[in-house]
Parts: sequence; structure tokens; C-alpha cells
Amino acid sequence: MPLLLEVNQASKIFGGLKALDGVSMEVREGEIFGLIGPNGAGKTTLFNLVSGALPVSGGRIFFRQKEISLLPDYRICRLGIARTYQNIRLFGKMTVLENVMVGRHSRTRGGLWSTVLRLPGDQAEKVRSRKIAEEWLEFFHLLGKKEEKASNLAYGEERRLEMARALATEPSLLLLDEPSAGMNPQEVRDLNDLILKIRRQGKTIFIIEHNMRVIMDICDRIAVLDFGQKIAEGPPAEVRANPRVIEAYLGREA
Amino acid sequence: MFDAYTSQILTFIGINSILALSLYITALAGQLSVGHAAFMGIGAYTSTLLMTKLGWPFFLTTTCGALAGGFFGFCIGLPTLRLRDLYLAIATLAFNIIWVVLVMNIEAFGGALGIFNVPKATNNTIVYISLVVLLFFFYRLKDSRLGRAFRAIEENEEAARAMGVNAVYYKVYAFTLGALLAAYAGALYAHFVTFISPHDFEVDRSIEILLFVVLGGAQTFIGPVIGAVLLTLAPEFLRFLAEYRLLVYGLMFVVIMLIRHEGLIEEDTFSWKRWSKIFRRENRAPAP
Amino acid sequence: MLAQQLINGITLGSTYALVALGYTLVFGILGMINFAHGEIFMLGAYIALLLVTIGHLDIFWSLIGAMAGAAVLGMIIERVSFRPLRKVSILAPLISTIGLSIFLRSLAQVIFGAESTRFPVSIKTEFYQLGPFQVSLLQIVILAVSFGIMAVFQVFIKKTKLGKAMRATSESLHTAGLLGIPVDRIILLSFAVAAALGGVAGVLLGLNFNAVSPLMGKMVGLKGLTIIILGGMGNITGAMVGGLFLGFVEVLSVGYLTSSYRDAVAFALMFLVLLIRPTGLFGRVVR
Repeated sequence: MPLLLEVNQASKIFGGLKALDGVSMEVREGEIFGLIGPNGAGKTTLFNLVSGALPVSGGRIFFRQKEISLLPDYRICRLGIARTYQNIRLFGKMTVLENVMVGRHSRTRGGLWSTVLRLPGDQAEKVRSRKIAEEWLEFFHLLGKKEEKASNLAYGEERRLEMARALATEPSLLLLDEPSAGMNPQEVRDLNDLILKIRRQGKTIFIIEHNMRVIMDICDRIAVLDFGQKIAEGPPAEVRANPRVIEAYLGREA
Repeated sequence: MFDAYTSQILTFIGINSILALSLYITALAGQLSVGHAAFMGIGAYTSTLLMTKLGWPFFLTTTCGALAGGFFGFCIGLPTLRLRDLYLAIATLAFNIIWVVLVMNIEAFGGALGIFNVPKATNNTIVYISLVVLLFFFYRLKDSRLGRAFRAIEENEEAARAMGVNAVYYKVYAFTLGALLAAYAGALYAHFVTFISPHDFEVDRSIEILLFVVLGGAQTFIGPVIGAVLLTLAPEFLRFLAEYRLLVYGLMFVVIMLIRHEGLIEEDTFSWKRWSKIFRRENRAPAP
Repeated sequence: MLAQQLINGITLGSTYALVALGYTLVFGILGMINFAHGEIFMLGAYIALLLVTIGHLDIFWSLIGAMAGAAVLGMIIERVSFRPLRKVSILAPLISTIGLSIFLRSLAQVIFGAESTRFPVSIKTEFYQLGPFQVSLLQIVILAVSFGIMAVFQVFIKKTKLGKAMRATSESLHTAGLLGIPVDRIILLSFAVAAALGGVAGVLLGLNFNAVSPLMGKMVGLKGLTIIILGGMGNITGAMVGGLFLGFVEVLSVGYLTSSYRDAVAFALMFLVLLIRPTGLFGRVVR
């Protein structure tokens, strides 16, 4: 399988703190790649580097063999990487549909003039875009709530909306940051099904998780971070039995 | 059609509405400017000077005035991008003050005394046609790619960027548009009152514009206009207060913040759904 | 000549420093700006004026009275503009205090009239020679009072239990609450202290220029803002050094530039700092 994302010795330093120290990994097209590790290991920081939310302090990141380490986040999105957030960042005052429409931003055109004038080209695109947005809402069982204010949604619905929004950007790579947080076992099973469904749509998924159900059931390969360094990588069953990994987690139990 | 006095009030209402909207559009993208009067002044002076010194026609001078405002808005908006909330407010305040001092010291602009005998050219037709066009624009903005981009940035800039919205571009855009509109209003103002001086465009004026938006609410585009209407009419009704006028004015800020800090007009103030809910609730028979 | 400017600058600057300290205290604890601080400064001067003219108190007691009056005013402002609004948004208290500043300024104009009033100075016009510096008694008084208060303030904030409580609350409202610190009362106290500092500065500036006017708070209030931005919002040392620096720069620019540019200098500096180093020259207290 072709290489979609390549992280090469990525580092991130905050003030005096080294959040990531020479981390390398590869995500192949079509796979579901998991990232686990104790809290504070640097997982979300790695996502921030890949998505362009933060600049790398060292190392390089490639997407489809093209270097993206120095690109700003909105450009990286246009190249095909979308993400969700650990603590959910929806646009609360906007409706469910509007949230997803923001995701359509990079795949549509139109500025000042198209706001006022009804140019035929823009109109067709607008209609098509809206249709795609609604299709994603349907996929996530949110179509019925499309005019609802995002801040009025239930927690599970919020998570799904964030995913719908991310998918509306037509990414090839989807970064999911702890999507199962706060879910009960049934909801987690539904989530797993959903993620597999997304993969069947042709997306590659890079997922940060704490929940072993998710990791074991759907991930093809996983990597483990601890204190900003990668300490293991491989298929879930193998990594799980790795003594270093066990130690990293147990060492945190105190 | 109207007597001179009413006509004059209407003109001020129109111009103030445009000013309110000029602040609203920068606020839409999450930027609070407390220096909009400076842009108003730039439009006023540019238009006036082009007409008095070069004899250009009204429509050209107002356009240039607006563009000049937009240009300076761009110049200020770009470097202040990183600033948020309070810091941006203070930076725009500083810009306003500096601008006033600079203009006061330029003799070619009339210095501290200002410019008399500005040719009168503004009339209600022009003002209200402009306002209607603007209102139409804002109406369309809500359900447009541009409008959503602004609102997304205002709510959560980082998430907006992650979704492909070039926040830098749009923030500067919103700021430039706001400055442009304020300058346009300034040009209309100059050719109506026929006398301008730096004192017309001091921080007090910026705060006045801010109050239009604070009173009316920044949830909808109608809010700032309502705020402008009410506050332009208020001095007429409060004439009897004379020297106590400012006391009431200042106190109003305090009271509004305590009672209804989002402003008068909410998103669903004009929606049938919201008001009909009250009737339905009252008419429902009590449960057995 | 430069030496003389230095003395004048530091005298003016020390009053600015007190104003800046008031802003910085409130910012340090709440992350917000009290826009009416300039008016507290102005009313402090008027309270002293009234105490001297009508109350027939000497300058010392009227200073104390001004501090007390200002402190009360500061506490009222906290209750009206900050306590009910600080959870709503960062900007709501700001707008409320903008309104208050307009209100207080016009109140002063209504009561005292719009013109300047002379401060009936009971300090003899004497000059002393200290090396290259020629200092007036008035300047000595001002410097003594302002530096004295700043010193007392430093001791208060660093050594006393209350001062430490204030600093803890500055670092984290939440944690301070968990530690058992009565956060609401500490905030109220901070406002009182900040206002007292502003009030004293008003009296001192009134003495310095021998004039008190309802509009004096507006410019000085804005300048206080520029100082804390230069020195770093929430940073105490920055406020003091920044104030002295601004006083000095202003005095110099009056000498070498036309006075109308003088005011712009402060704001131009502030604008530049905001662009280049928003955290200020000394850095900001991390909120």
C-alpha cells in the first residue's frame, strides 16, 4: 500500500519542555492506524504538528511524498488532512448544517461578489456542496437535526457532528482525537462500525485512543508514545504484549 | 417630503446605521475595533479634499474616500492580526488617538480647526439607497460561504483553520471592509454637515459607534441598525436632560450590560416561531 | 538642562507609575481592564480639593481622605461592573466601565464645572540644589509620597499575608479558591487598593500642575493603559518602570517636539509594542 503520511524525526519543544522527541512513523493508505500512550505522552501534539496547527521544532512531515512540515493548517486541510478534537471544537452558535458547510469551505469558491450576486456557476456549486453536506449528516444520523444549534446537541451527537464536518472537507486522511471519550460500551461498538464504514469510503484513519476496545477491534497497526518518544509499533496484539508498553502504562497507575 | 428637521434626523440615522454596520462586520469575524472613527475621518477628509482641491464629482470622491479607508484598514488590520480581544481593542484605540493628533498637526488638512465650507452633496436618497444595498448584502451574508467563514473564525479560529478557512485572509478582509464602510459613512457625513474637524473623529465617536452595536446586539445585522436608530433619536427625546445627557448615556452602558448584555435584538427576535411559542404555552390546557 | 528634565520626568513619571499600578493590579487578578480608572484618578484629586478647601484639612489628611474615597469608589465599581459580569465575557466589564467613565466624567463636569480649578497649594515654593539637580519642595513631596507608597505597596504585596493572597489569586482564581482564600473578598480588596493608588496619583498630579479638571482622567487613564502595555500587563515592576519611563519621555518630548505631539508619543510607543511584543517589555503575568 502506498505511503500516505510520513513523520520523520518530528520534535516539538514548548519553552523548556520537549513534548515530542524525534518521533517517526508511517501511515499507509487505507489503513486504520492507532496512536496510544499515557496522558501527556505527546499524542495530541503530534496531531497538531501533522494538521499544521503548530509548527515543528525539528524533523519533517510528508503527505503523499510532499513536505508539509512548514505549511499552515488551512493549506494542509486543502491537501486532504482533516481532524477532530479531543475536547470538541464545534461552532456552537451555528447550526448543525452550517458547521458541516464550513467544512465545505476549501472545496468551494465564492467571496464578496457571490454573496450579493447570483452567478449561475456559483449557484450550481452551492447546491452541490449543500447536498454533500447533507449526505454526510445522513451518514452520521444527524440530518434530522440539521437546523438545530450545534450547542444544543447531546454529547454523542456533538462528536458525530465534528466527524461529519471533518469529512465534508473531502480528506484522504482523517485524524481522530479520542473519539470514544465519554462513551458507553454500546456507543463504542457503534463508533467502531462507523469508523470502519468511513474507511470503506476510501479514507485513511489516524486515531488517538485510550479505549482498548477501539484499538483492538479496528486498528491495523498502532504506535505507542511515552514522554514524547515512540516506544513500540506494530499490530495491536503484538504491541499489547510488549513489556515496555505495559511498564509505561503501569508506571502511570500511581 | 419631510420638513427640514425630520429630513436631517433621517440623514443622521442613515449615516449612523452605516457606521454601526461597519463595526458589525469587523465584529463578525471576532475583531473588536474601538478606533472606527479614525476610518470615518479618513473617508471624510479624503472626500472633502478631493472635492475642494481637485473639483472631483461627489460619487468619485466618496468612492475614493471609502477606498482610502479600506487601504488604511488593511494597513492596520494586517499587523494587528495576532492581537485578540482586549489587546486589539486597545491597539485600535491607540490608532484612533494617534490619527487625531497627526491630522491636528497637518496644516493642509486645516489643522485643529478643520475644514469649513465642505460642499453639500449628501442627500437622503443616496444615504438610504446605500443603506438598503448594505442591508441586502448582510442579509445574503448569513447563508454565504463568506459569512460562514467569518462566523467560524469568530467562534473558534483554530478549528476554522483546520477546516480549510484561511483565517488571516478573512480577518484582514473583515477589518478592511469595516474600515471601508466607515470611511464611506464619513464621506457622506462630511458632505452633509459641511464642516469637519479632527474632533469629530475622536475616540468618543468610536465609542458612540460601539454603543450602537452594544445596544442593538451583535447577534444579527438588524441589531446594530436598531441601536443606531434609537441612539440617534434619543438625544431628541432626551433634550430636556440638557447637561445631564452624558450622564444618562454613560449609565446606559452600565445598565445594558447588567440587564441584557447581548443587546436588544436576539437571533430569533424576528422569528415567528419564537413568539408563537408563548401563545401556545399559554393556551395549552393544564394536565389532569 | 537634561538633568533638570530628569527630575521633572521622574516626578511626573512617578504619578503615572501609581496609575499604572492600579491598572496592573486589576489585570493581574481578573485579566480585565477597568476603563474608569482614569476617572477614579480624577475624582481622587477632587476629593482632596474639597477636603482642603471646604474641610480645611492640610495636604496630608486630604491625601489620606482621597485614598479612602477612591478606595470606596473602586469597590463600588467592582460590585457594579465586574462581579456580575466577569463570568459573562471579557468585554462586558470593559464596556460597562467605559460607560462608567463617561458617567463619572460628566458627573464631575456637572458638579464642578468644565474648567480647571486651581489646587490651593500650601507648600512653599522653595528650591534645593542637589548637585546638578534643582528640585522644588513640591517635587520632593511628590517624589517622597509616590515612591513611599510604591515601597509600602511592594512590601505589602510580597511580605504580608493579604499580599500573598492577592498574588495567589492573580496566578489562579480557581486554585486560590481551593486553598481557602476568600477570592471574592480579595478581588474587592484589590480594586480598593488599585483605586487608592489611582486616587493618590490624582492628588499628586494635581499638585504637580496646580490644576484639577474633570477631563484630567481621560488622557491619564489612556496613558496608564499604554504604560501597562509597555511594561507588561499584570507586571508590577513593568508598571512602575514604565510609568517613570513615560514621564521622562514626555517631559523630553515637550522640550524637543511641539506639545501636541507629546500625547501621541505614548500611544505610538504602545502601538509599536503591541505589534512587536504584545507581552510587554517585562513580560506578562501568565493567566
